[in-house]
Amino acid sequence: MKIALKRRSPLSWWGKILLPIGAILISVIFSSLLIIWAKGNVVEAWYYIFVGSLGSRFTFLETLIKMTPLIFTGLAASIAFKAKFWNIGAEGQLYAGAFAAAALGILPLNMPSYLHIPLILIGGFIAGGALAFLPGYLKVKYKVDEIVCTILLNYIVIYLLGALLDGPWRDLKSGWPHSPIIHESAKLPILASRSRFHLGVVLAFIAVAIVYVLMEKTIFGYQIKIIGSNPSAAYFGGIPLYRTIVLLSFISGGLAGLAGVCEVCAIQYYLVNDLSPGYGFFGIAVAMLANMNPIGVVFSAFYFAVIITGSQVMSRMTGVPIYLNEIIQGIALLSMVLMLLFDRYKVQIKL
Amino acid sequence: MGIENYIIAFLISWLSASIRMSTSIIFGTIGELYHEKVGVLNLGIEGQMIIGALVGFLVTKITGNNLWLGVVAGGISGSLISLILAFFAVSLGLNQHVTGLGLTFFCTGLSYFIYRIEIGFPKVHPTIESFSTISVPIFSKIPLLGSILFQQCSLVYVAFVIVALSSFILYRTSWGLRIRTVGENPTAADTAGINVFKVRYLSLIWGGFLIGLGGSFMSLAIFNSFIFGLTAGRGWICLALVVLGKWKPWSCMIAALFFGTIDAFQLRLQALNINLPYQLLLVLPYVATIIALILASKQAMSPASLLKPYRREE
Repeated sequence: MKIALKRRSPLSWWGKILLPIGAILISVIFSSLLIIWAKGNVVEAWYYIFVGSLGSRFTFLETLIKMTPLIFTGLAASIAFKAKFWNIGAEGQLYAGAFAAAALGILPLNMPSYLHIPLILIGGFIAGGALAFLPGYLKVKYKVDEIVCTILLNYIVIYLLGALLDGPWRDLKSGWPHSPIIHESAKLPILASRSRFHLGVVLAFIAVAIVYVLMEKTIFGYQIKIIGSNPSAAYFGGIPLYRTIVLLSFISGGLAGLAGVCEVCAIQYYLVNDLSPGYGFFGIAVAMLANMNPIGVVFSAFYFAVIITGSQVMSRMTGVPIYLNEIIQGIALLSMVLMLLFDRYKVQIKL
Repeated sequence: MGIENYIIAFLISWLSASIRMSTSIIFGTIGELYHEKVGVLNLGIEGQMIIGALVGFLVTKITGNNLWLGVVAGGISGSLISLILAFFAVSLGLNQHVTGLGLTFFCTGLSYFIYRIEIGFPKVHPTIESFSTISVPIFSKIPLLGSILFQQCSLVYVAFVIVALSSFILYRTSWGLRIRTVGENPTAADTAGINVFKVRYLSLIWGGFLIGLGGSFMSLAIFNSFIFGLTAGRGWICLALVVLGKWKPWSCMIAALFFGTIDAFQLRLQALNINLPYQLLLVLPYVATIIALILASKQAMSPASLLKPYRREE
């Protein structure tokens, strides 16, 4: 068998939309095979995934809540990947943001909400940004590989927070390893009754708009794209590589940090070690499925929120292991990278 | 009998544990080396080690504690994953970062998924009877060194043989020349009549075998069981170690031993029950790796075709 690839002009906008749809279809088919292997009923399993995530007002709002951190980590990954800066550290950056949120939320600042919340948002952004700044700086200054560096920092941050929660921050009242509860003024307001639908969901959409403008309408966004698509042209074209990468890594980490802020200030109200079921890693798949497009991130974050929320219900009802959602995440990445081939190439298979 | 004996006992147990902890990392690092030498970055390594650990464990369990069958099966599972990577990255020339990450998520999820299907939710994780240690005659009688180096299980010796063999293959045989040429200049290799695709495929399959083997060593010789999250990022560490080892087998082995020594040190300290949160000790190997990467970064010279797909048509 021989596979021949012929270059051709990129697909039109509607063709580009078909690519993630194709990737989703592949991952649905493949995960259905796994459901059969786990002796589950395929129709029943997908029924529970959709009903469990979209079936009622409450579950729909829960899905939107799960979508929020995914939008932030998805944006974080998409702007970084656009410049071929492989930030795999969104999980650690999320926890750094969560740490800052909890620290600032516990402090008895006696502030009104409208000052306390912006302070926490800025603090969380800076904490997450600082953690990503380090690998960005090490990359441009010492040529240290950012993939390894960001991944190792994930482990470092999560272990250090574990030490903090087992030690100085252990909640004395409950004895559980979680931080004390944040003040009322630090909690993000709930926007819909009888739910956890919070201000962070709105903030996520605002972040999408800001990132869109940043990427499409500013020189900075243009520079990022050039660095990603043609580094030597960027270099000879006089784009400040050093400054752009460092600033980009900071913004990317900051966005991931905001995901952590939302989880602390709107969901848990304290810092715990299992705050995130891997939102940082899901962000990579979110960004890829959106083909790094900020608007697309909303849709792919919604898709993965459905999978994460729905698979919990599905697993409880059918006994199919919950790890199916991690497999779907992996297959979505693999099938999307495969589908992107069709954007630029005509694929001919000769037998 | 005094404090000296105590220190000597600590040193022996620490250093011999270092060798054991290093072994799976040596396999993983050399396996990754075979990928990068032909120009393919394998970010699937973390998941590949987990799936190697699972397959090795399950096969050993099913065959009535046949450890060697488990090890080989773990290796084959690693080869199969590298074969997928080869199809994506070599045949189709797709993005190696995304393919690798996708493979890691896929393998990790699949391993836990299979464990839940096959083993379920046991209160205590089922274990296997691990390898017995083999004392090398004469050498194991050397004071100190003997008990550190020559009283290990057989797979440990295999790891060192693989390092020597890899150095020989890569720098003393025509196969090694082909591998290095493909990694440095695929166009020149093609012109010289070397089948770039075949060399890449074979190198990846063999490298994947070693990575899977390294994973199965974790479940079969370190933990004697399959524990969720048992690799704890050691696959990612292998990526760093290839850089630290400057893409040379012996240097990679030294880098792996360095990491294993720190890893075993923090485990020993945990066992001593000193008054420190254990997480502060767990952090040590990761911090050490980042510092080492910064120090080594100046001379880092990766194979020239790393990350670059080769397409004849263009």
